[in-house]
Amino acid sequence: MNIKNISIAIVAILTIAFTSCKKDETINTAEKGTFTLEFENQINGVPLVLNTQNYTNATGESFNISTFKYYVSNIKLTKTDGSIYAIPESYILMDAAKPSSLLNNLKDIPAGDYTKIAFTIGVDKERNLAGAQTGALDPALGMFWTWNSGYIFVKFEGTSPQSTATDKSLTFHIGGIVDPNNTIRTFSTDFSTGNPLRIRADKNPQVHFVVNAGSLFKGKQNISFAQLNFTMGGANSVIVADNYVNGLFEFEHIHN
Amino acid sequence: MRHLKIYLILIASMGMLYACSKTEIVKPQTEEIRFVVPTNFPDAVYKFDGNILTNNGFALGKKLFYDARLSADKSISCGSCHQQFAGFANLDHKVSHGVNNCLGKRNAPVLFNLAWQREFFWDGGAKNLEIVPINAITDVCEMGSDLNTIVTFLNNTAPYPSLFKDAFGSATVNSQNLLKALTQFTAAMVSANSKYDKVMRKETVFTTEEQQGYQLFKDKCANCHTEPLFTNLNYINNGLDLNSVDEGRKTITDLVSDKGKFRVPTLRNIELSSPYMHDGRFNTLEKVLEHYNAGVQANENLDVSLSKNSQLGIPLSNIQKQQITSFLKTLTDDEFIKNKIFSEN
Repeated sequence: MNIKNISIAIVAILTIAFTSCKKDETINTAEKGTFTLEFENQINGVPLVLNTQNYTNATGESFNISTFKYYVSNIKLTKTDGSIYAIPESYILMDAAKPSSLLNNLKDIPAGDYTKIAFTIGVDKERNLAGAQTGALDPALGMFWTWNSGYIFVKFEGTSPQSTATDKSLTFHIGGIVDPNNTIRTFSTDFSTGNPLRIRADKNPQVHFVVNAGSLFKGKQNISFAQLNFTMGGANSVIVADNYVNGLFEFEHIHN
Repeated sequence: MRHLKIYLILIASMGMLYACSKTEIVKPQTEEIRFVVPTNFPDAVYKFDGNILTNNGFALGKKLFYDARLSADKSISCGSCHQQFAGFANLDHKVSHGVNNCLGKRNAPVLFNLAWQREFFWDGGAKNLEIVPINAITDVCEMGSDLNTIVTFLNNTAPYPSLFKDAFGSATVNSQNLLKALTQFTAAMVSANSKYDKVMRKETVFTTEEQQGYQLFKDKCANCHTEPLFTNLNYINNGLDLNSVDEGRKTITDLVSDKGKFRVPTLRNIELSSPYMHDGRFNTLEKVLEHYNAGVQANENLDVSLSKNSQLGIPLSNIQKQQITSFLKTLTDDEFIKNKIFSEN
């Protein structure tokens, strides 16, 4: 092998190495990908089971749950370079009675590495006022008030021996978009920079959140069912929303 | 010569414009449903954005409006409590009568000029015209049904699927298209052709008594019942009770300062839409005017316009009451009340 051939060989090897390297590191931003938002319902660390399971709140009162539904909307993802992608029409309704609703495929996301997610717990004000909706916002889904029109952001129903309501019921319908009883809250969390959400055309990463229904009743103001067991908007809903704003969602991990 | 050419062109284009306007005037007689803002009205709030008004959509909305099968016991339609001859209110009924002879708690409001309202109901609880029907559909003392039941019924009942296809391009009924169809019907109800409107357009004149009533009205009533909609769309306490049993607007805002406040109703077609007030307590206009003359109660939230100069209410002599009543009757829009486009049959 003469010098010339060696040079060609080296150049060839370098070219191949460089090209393959480039393939690994560079993201084709024109590509779009999908990811799955997974929500796992719990009550203060134990799985949420409807109807049959008894739980205890922060004030020591026993309760069970018959309904647990909540909206997540206006999902925004932040890339490592700080740019934000707002997922259009991202309105999703989770229903503990429908396990399939807890796995949500979000499509057509520009490829990239994302290190932060933010979303509204509930439905934004504009959409609350925008007239007849469909899909996840269909008022037939039972998350819409008709007397003071607007969406119920979080709906929790159950019973507690301590409840002073008829049939010992617990009715917590959280919603409202007008001050001072505005209950729109947003949640955001950072992902590990070492393991960002990697959106690629050929992958379907999974972002896993734990959702703690117990957070409605503890934190900023612990709720005793003997004192508060019914709210449909108003000041009492604000108490609950202020409780869950920091505790309802907890980022768990990403499967890339 | 050059000048002449220009004149000719001008005359020719004027002729074309004239022809154009002529066609526009002829058009409504082909019964094409159109929404036109009357010349003496402000801009509408509901503009049919995302719900284009069509003959098919309107006709479907009308059919739904008059279909009692949408209620739980198939006895009550929207039109049961909103009768055209009463300005689409409920004549002689203090409060709504729903399924199973259930009595509601408030007087059915008139339905017209809804496209100018930002909020609905006596307390403003509904905030978009499209979602207003859900309340009546689901209220246990009104139609006592639910959206899912109605959507299933419509999907399985001819000719509804084909009517929805004609109106919205899909034979699959969903709640959104159900509500949009109803809105096409209700938002297109415009009442703006009363004698009052004709006087404003200088097509006719008031009688002496009506003119005197109009002057009194402007002095004493127009603060709340503002022209041309004859409501300022606000919520006020008009001193019906010392303590309001129905908390009215407070139910929505949770504000103590809103207790006992109710929407200022429009006075258009008021002659036809008795009984009056949120609970239908007065069955004649004379009783309403007498309330303002001598019946106003010193409620903590009483509107300031009803306690001027440390006097409650609005003093009105019998002659003044008669004059105001004469004026109020000029707000009756027979053309709207009798318009077959909005009639059940």
